[in-house]
Amino acid sequence: MAACVKGLDKFMFSLRLLRNLQLQNERFLSTSVCRFAAGGFTPPSKPVIIDKTQTVASTRKHLSPEFIPPRERTNPFKFFIERKDMIRRRKVLNIPEFYVGSILAVTMADPNASGKANRFVGICIQRGGHGLGATFVVRNIIDNQGVEICYELYSPRIQQIEVLKLEKRLDDNLMYLRDALPEYSTVDPNMKPEPCSPTGEVPVSTLKVRMRPKPWSKRWERPKFNIQGIRFDRSLTPEKMEHAQKWAEPWREYDMLKEYDTSKLEEQILSEVQREMSK
Amino acid sequence: MALSQLSRSLTGLLVETSSVIHQRTFSVTAVAAAIQKMSRVRVVDNSPLGTTPYHRAPRVIHVYTKNGIGKVGDRVLLAIKGQKKKALIVGHKMPGDRMTPRFDSNNVVLIEDNGNPTGTRIKVPIPTHLRNMDGDYSKILAIASSFV
Repeated sequence: MAACVKGLDKFMFSLRLLRNLQLQNERFLSTSVCRFAAGGFTPPSKPVIIDKTQTVASTRKHLSPEFIPPRERTNPFKFFIERKDMIRRRKVLNIPEFYVGSILAVTMADPNASGKANRFVGICIQRGGHGLGATFVVRNIIDNQGVEICYELYSPRIQQIEVLKLEKRLDDNLMYLRDALPEYSTVDPNMKPEPCSPTGEVPVSTLKVRMRPKPWSKRWERPKFNIQGIRFDRSLTPEKMEHAQKWAEPWREYDMLKEYDTSKLEEQILSEVQREMSK
Repeated sequence: MALSQLSRSLTGLLVETSSVIHQRTFSVTAVAAAIQKMSRVRVVDNSPLGTTPYHRAPRVIHVYTKNGIGKVGDRVLLAIKGQKKKALIVGHKMPGDRMTPRFDSNNVVLIEDNGNPTGTRIKVPIPTHLRNMDGDYSKILAIASSFV
C-alpha cells in the first residue's frame, strides 16, 4: 500500500514537471503561435543583402601567363606538379586577372613596417617568370621619387592583390616609363577601385607616352623592342627613326625554330586549372 | 644627380615650348649599378650641405665595405662642396632582392662620424628593411617621413 502510494507521488510530481515545462515552452513560443495556428509554417522573410562592393565573378576566360610552360626539355610532369602547387596557393589567396598597364594595390606582410603590413599602389610594368617564381613589377612615383617593387605572385608574404583599374596597354613591357615624363608613372595611392565589366574585352588604352630628352636607359626607338606606346615624333627626328631601322632583323619572323604555338597547350591548361579551382 | 634632374626637367620644358629636339651635353650613366667610387649620388635630407647648389654633383670617394660595392645601409664617404662628409645609402638604382623597392636615383643621407644624421627630415620614401639591418639606424628612421 505504501509502495504504490510512493509510486503515485512520483507520477504526480513528474506530471507537474511536464506541465510546467509545457507552460514555459508556450511562453517562449508565443510569437510563433499565430504562425502555427495558420495551419502551416511560413518562415519569416529574410532580409536580402546586395553587396555592391563585391563584383560578379568574371566570366571571361583568362589564363594567367605564368601557367604556360616555357619551351624547354624538362619533363612536363614537373610543370604539372608546379601547377598543382600554384592552384593550392590560389585557393587561399585570390590572385585577380591583371595585365601590364593595370593599376594594382599590393598588400605585403612586413615585420619592419608599422601594422605589420605594407600597401603599395602602382602601375604594373612587367610580368615575368614561369610557375611559382612568377613576378610582376609595380611602379609609382612617391614624393617625386620613382619607386619600383618586384613582387613574387606566389610568395606567402603577399596578403592581398587588388586591381584598381583593369586595362591593357599597347605593349607587353612598360619599362620605358622610367624614361618617360613622371606624370605617366604617377598613381594616386588613395585611388578607389574602378568597376570593370565582368564580361567582354579588357579595355586597351591607346595612350602614347611622351619621353624625357635623350639619352634613355635603353634605345627604345630600335625595332628589337617593338614599342607602340611612345610618341617618337616629339623626341626623335624622322632621320633618327630611319637610322634606328638599321638594327631591324626582318629575317627573325621567318625563323621556324623560334616558333612556339601555345594555343592547344593553353586550352588544355585552362580547362585543367578551371577544373581544379572549382573542386 | 639633382643638377642632372634639374637640367632634364628644364630641357623637357624646352621640348614642350619650342618643339626643338634637345640633347643633353653631358654624360649620364644609363646602367643601373650599385654605388661605388666616383658615382654621383643624390642627397635626400634637408641639411644645408645637401640642399645648397654647387657646380659639381656630390660624388662617392670611398665605400666602407669589404668589397667596394655600396648597397642600402652601407656607409660611404662623399665629396660635397669641396669637403669630405660621411653618408648612409638609403636607396639605389640597382635591382635587389624581390619584394624590396628599387629607386630611380641613388639616394644618400648625410651622417656624422658617430652615426647621427646631419639633417632633420627626409622627404623621400625609405625602404623598411633598413630597420632590421645591423647598425644603429634608429635616428635616421626617426627623421624619415614615409616608408616603402
